[in-house]
Amino acid sequence: MNKIFLVIQREYVTRVLKKSFWISSLLAPVLLTAIYAIPIWLAMKDKEHKKVAILDLSHLWKPVDLQDKELIFTFISKSEMQFKKEFSKDGYDAFVSIPANVLSNPKGVHIYSSKNIGLSLKESVERLIQNKVRQELMYQAGISKNVYEDTQVDIESDTITISDSGDETNSSSVGAMILAGVMGLILYVTLLLYGSQVMNGVIEEKSSRIIEVIISSVKPYQLMLGKIIGVGLVGLTQFVLWIVLTIGLTQVTSKVYASKASSMVGLSQDAQIKANADMAIAMQDSPMGEVTKVLESTNIPLVMFAFLFYFFVGYLLYSSLFAAIGSAVESATEAQQFTFIVMIPIILSFLLAQYTMQDPDSTIAFWSSMIPFTSPINMMVRLPYGVPIWELVASMVFLLIGFFVCSWISARIYRVGILMYGKKATWKELSKWLFYKG
Amino acid sequence: MLLSIRNLEKRYAEHVALQNISLEIPKGCIFGLLGPNGAGKTSLIRIITQITGPDAGEIYFDGERLRLEHADQIGYLPEERGLYKKMKVGEQLLYLAQLKGMRKDEALAKLKDWFIRLDIKDWWNKPVDDLSKGMQQKTQFIATVVHEPKLLILDEPFSGFDPINANMLKDEILAIKERGTTILFSTHRMESVEELCDEIALINHARVVLSGNKAEVQARFKKNQFMIRFEGNLMQMPGIEVISQQPSHAVLRLSEGIGTNEAIALLIQQVRLLEFKELIPSFNEIFIQVVSETN
Repeated sequence: MNKIFLVIQREYVTRVLKKSFWISSLLAPVLLTAIYAIPIWLAMKDKEHKKVAILDLSHLWKPVDLQDKELIFTFISKSEMQFKKEFSKDGYDAFVSIPANVLSNPKGVHIYSSKNIGLSLKESVERLIQNKVRQELMYQAGISKNVYEDTQVDIESDTITISDSGDETNSSSVGAMILAGVMGLILYVTLLLYGSQVMNGVIEEKSSRIIEVIISSVKPYQLMLGKIIGVGLVGLTQFVLWIVLTIGLTQVTSKVYASKASSMVGLSQDAQIKANADMAIAMQDSPMGEVTKVLESTNIPLVMFAFLFYFFVGYLLYSSLFAAIGSAVESATEAQQFTFIVMIPIILSFLLAQYTMQDPDSTIAFWSSMIPFTSPINMMVRLPYGVPIWELVASMVFLLIGFFVCSWISARIYRVGILMYGKKATWKELSKWLFYKG
Repeated sequence: MLLSIRNLEKRYAEHVALQNISLEIPKGCIFGLLGPNGAGKTSLIRIITQITGPDAGEIYFDGERLRLEHADQIGYLPEERGLYKKMKVGEQLLYLAQLKGMRKDEALAKLKDWFIRLDIKDWWNKPVDDLSKGMQQKTQFIATVVHEPKLLILDEPFSGFDPINANMLKDEILAIKERGTTILFSTHRMESVEELCDEIALINHARVVLSGNKAEVQARFKKNQFMIRFEGNLMQMPGIEVISQQPSHAVLRLSEGIGTNEAIALLIQQVRLLEFKELIPSFNEIFIQVVSETN
């Protein structure tokens, strides 16, 4: 037992001390944070405040009419001819002059700017002026203030898609889909990645010929198990780093955004609240926002536990097969003829996961989340949509059984394979090894 | 006896690797395991190191039935050897020593001694990849002996060593023997058998075809031949056959019933005898003779 621990320790430490481990551990959270932060940043970036001077000869506008998230209006009382030469020197980005007869002559509004005026600034100014002009014209036409205000209705819709079979998908299951897809993809990549790391480790020991020395000290199954567990722990460490760093980085990012939002200069309290709300909307519109929505309605500890369980046991199952392949060959190129047979179920699970995602309660989805080879990815894809607890437990038990069977088969191939040199391994040969004695 | 091997059998799917092998390896000796390629030496060694199990027969290690725990008391240097290429020499040796059941501090102290003794102190932090082949061999030798095993199994230990390092290795092997370690030494190089071994066993076609004490085995293969150096004229003599003759040397074979004293008495009547020496067969000759007889 102590010797397994030594093997685990070596496998773990040599890998964790590699530069490539830290690069991939740091890079992924940075990328994920960027996916989260860039849309928000873009949404906030537009809200750089522009100072606009306004000369209102009609005296229709009050400061309250000129609330805008991007523009800060200042009333001035200088002549248009004079001020259009000075406004940029006074620090204004634009200068709007409204004629006294704006209601009858809406085209008399002029917008001056030093640089080419941005489209959004032009639209914002026009919208503000237009709203007021319409409002005034309606009052003049006899529509009461109350009626007018009642007509200002905000529509907030829930997007619901209806499939051909009549199933409804609302926006929160879009989030579930993203969460499911992300977890499925991570499992798919890591099963292949760490599985082939185990295989390469076995090939390295065999081709460098250190294997014979090692197995004169430890039993082959101890070495195999130690290697698999060691590499698996590297994987878990990486997940934990990813999760912690991603949460940390996104927290820091949103703190930065929040402080930025509250320090916006010259905004009234209302405007600040509005700015915060804008940021919240921006966050919700980003993909992470969707996931956040789902996370709020899912059992996070359960999902986390299931994810780690399916990763670790699924990984144990596949990597024991990868180890068996590694033991039977002498080089990575020679391994290719065998690896496809292990990769097929992984790739198949990923393809099945596309169906599962669209229809998590279908028969295909059910069975692919039960059969040990496809269940790690497919059960994780189903989980965010809600799965009866007995199905989850059954799937986990089947996976454990699958792992024991696979590792038994693998260990029998492994103990023979690691000492076979110069003999080209074939499927027939491998199946014979299964029945060799001691 | 440190190792008693009794009626060992090992069969692989298509061939018999070991057939009814019985050997006794006394404590503190160097035991030469000889045999042509494919005779079954490696199969036997792998069973002793418990890498594989026998189909039948048993092995007693220091009086006890061979068990997994005995692995820590055996040091094994395989013929095909290697190390983790990316690992540093020091940490690699530390790992291998710990796998043999040593505590870390104990292993560290012993390894330091070895590094000083072999004058390789500055290798500790070098990756194995940066070492020459000879340096890797030294490293590997340390890995084999650092846990001070009761039984040391060396499979072709001299292959890949230059003469200087081979000499150093020979001295180390003899020093280890002095400390009471039993050494099982598998080789093709008969000159090192003659030099180092106390006991031998020759395996051919999965069977032990010759075994025993080195001197005893050589005595068994003596052909009653003698080399003489002389001055004068060598004539035919009754009971002495001249096998080859040069002006001052000759090889003679004595017939049954003629002892060395009689032969010398006959010879000195004819020539001035300068040297009279029994020809002891070399292990090379014995090896070739026995292997071709049993093929």
